[in-house]
Amino acid sequence: MTRSLTIHRAGPSLTVQDAGRPGYLGQGLSRSGAADPIALAEGAALLGQSAELAALEMAGVGGEFTADQDTRIALTGAPMMATLDGAPLRWNASHLMPRGARLVIGAAGQGVYGYLHLGGGLATPPLLGSRSVHLAAGVGRACVTGDDLPIGPDRGKTTGLTLDPEPRLTGGALRIVPSMQTELFPPAERARFEAAEFTRDTRANRMGVRMLQPGAPFAAQGQLNILSEIIVPGDIQMTGEGTPFVLLNECQTTGGYPRIGTVIAPDLPRVAQAGPGTKLRFQFVTQETALDALRRYRAMLAGLKSRTRPLVRAPHDIPDLLSYQLVDGAISAHHEGD
Amino acid sequence: MTDAFPRIAPVGLSGIAISFADTLSEPANRAALAFRAAIDSAGWDGVEESSTSLTSAFLRFDPLHLTHDDLTKRLTSLITAQDWYAAPLPTGRRHFRIPCVFGTDLAPQFSEAAQAAGLTEAEALHSLTAARPRVLTIGFAPGQPYTGQLGPEWDIPRLKTLTPSVPQGALVVAIRQLIIFSNATPTGWRHIGQTAFRCFRPEAPDPFALRPGDELSFTAITPEELHNIRNAQTTNGGARIEAIA
Repeated sequence: MTRSLTIHRAGPSLTVQDAGRPGYLGQGLSRSGAADPIALAEGAALLGQSAELAALEMAGVGGEFTADQDTRIALTGAPMMATLDGAPLRWNASHLMPRGARLVIGAAGQGVYGYLHLGGGLATPPLLGSRSVHLAAGVGRACVTGDDLPIGPDRGKTTGLTLDPEPRLTGGALRIVPSMQTELFPPAERARFEAAEFTRDTRANRMGVRMLQPGAPFAAQGQLNILSEIIVPGDIQMTGEGTPFVLLNECQTTGGYPRIGTVIAPDLPRVAQAGPGTKLRFQFVTQETALDALRRYRAMLAGLKSRTRPLVRAPHDIPDLLSYQLVDGAISAHHEGD
Repeated sequence: MTDAFPRIAPVGLSGIAISFADTLSEPANRAALAFRAAIDSAGWDGVEESSTSLTSAFLRFDPLHLTHDDLTKRLTSLITAQDWYAAPLPTGRRHFRIPCVFGTDLAPQFSEAAQAAGLTEAEALHSLTAARPRVLTIGFAPGQPYTGQLGPEWDIPRLKTLTPSVPQGALVVAIRQLIIFSNATPTGWRHIGQTAFRCFRPEAPDPFALRPGDELSFTAITPEELHNIRNAQTTNGGARIEAIA
């Protein structure tokens, strides 16, 4: 029998996401996939399952959920207030969600995208090889209150693991490499771009993030005459008003605005996870530096499993501490196993 | 500038574009399509996908598997292998006859587009229904065709103020090109016709209706006929499709 996750209350943007749907650029369909691929891999590591499985991406706010069978879960990405039948749950950790227990996930304290992973993964019908919803393209839709999402078979047993997440929620310097129109920006303009401190605008979604700065707008030479060209995630598109827009996995596939550079894949989760007001900078790096960063990024993702460790419960996380017999250690079995 | 083409340029860390011109021309578009096909049949290890825009071919690769330098060398050698601007169009091309309502409140910018082209409405209608634009590239949104080129009278600019939303199936015009929109979108292109054609059908076995090289023509219909086509749902927007020999 198929297990399912019922959504009793859906936040404004809950979507099923996996690693995305690469390979359809020539047909105008961008890859989509989790806005924060590191979070997807961390969830897979915590549950000891494939990083190809789909999870629920929650932009800003989560929702309320139950499962119709005992289900393993993991929570990663932007930390959100989470409780299970009223007891607080640790973020960046795996837990057992008993059948019928109510999981409540609130607003993100820092970052943007939180992820709810299920043991066995979400098993919605794939389209063109992926379960990723692509809101802009009309592939699938955001979850709404009352939805039941199928969960795949889970052979895993372990819960109660945690890991220290790769830092990516607080902005900082983003490494960029040249793109097709970088040369159209005079060197002085590129230097000014690198020196500027940007603030992530409120205008941001899975397609891209707008960046604001107090100085003059940035301009390319011959800006209005550029033929539409291929766009890739990470491209920094300079709109007509001279404001940069960093494109994410759900971006359009072609565009006529000039691009000053491209944020390298290892730094893109930091763009997606930058909450409103977060400060960011751009820094051109050599191809060698960028390749080295990519190599280390892939090794980091591949090594996440070895970074997991048992969750040691902090005293303030235990709901009714006074009922425990702390002196002789005779903690009743009833309270174990989370 | 023309002697600078074909030009190879990086697109981020794992992309590379081969541009055949910086303005749209028929030979440059054919060159891009043929060059992409050649990259696909070369099947180089480390190349992950390919694509075209109006006058460029693009490929995405794994830079830890295939270096920029190595790939650039291979591309340079492939560029010199033949005169890409003289390449034939792709094979397997098709002609789509698509019913379309021109003007009325379903396509409210028809009159002003005709005016911008210096044509009467009757002349504009005749010009658009006689034209047989070719799909130059698919892009921006899933399955969305950029077609052309129309006659020089249709070299009209995009509007500076965007129309907030133009519906799915809209036929829009600017810069001697016609687009049928895959999804509702804000746009600076003028909305001159409305079709029931769906460029992207996620539920269909082949979700992408059109391919570069396909040709389109438009049959003028009334709003009532469009309504009936939508209700019938027997074909894709009433389009009739035939192979181009």
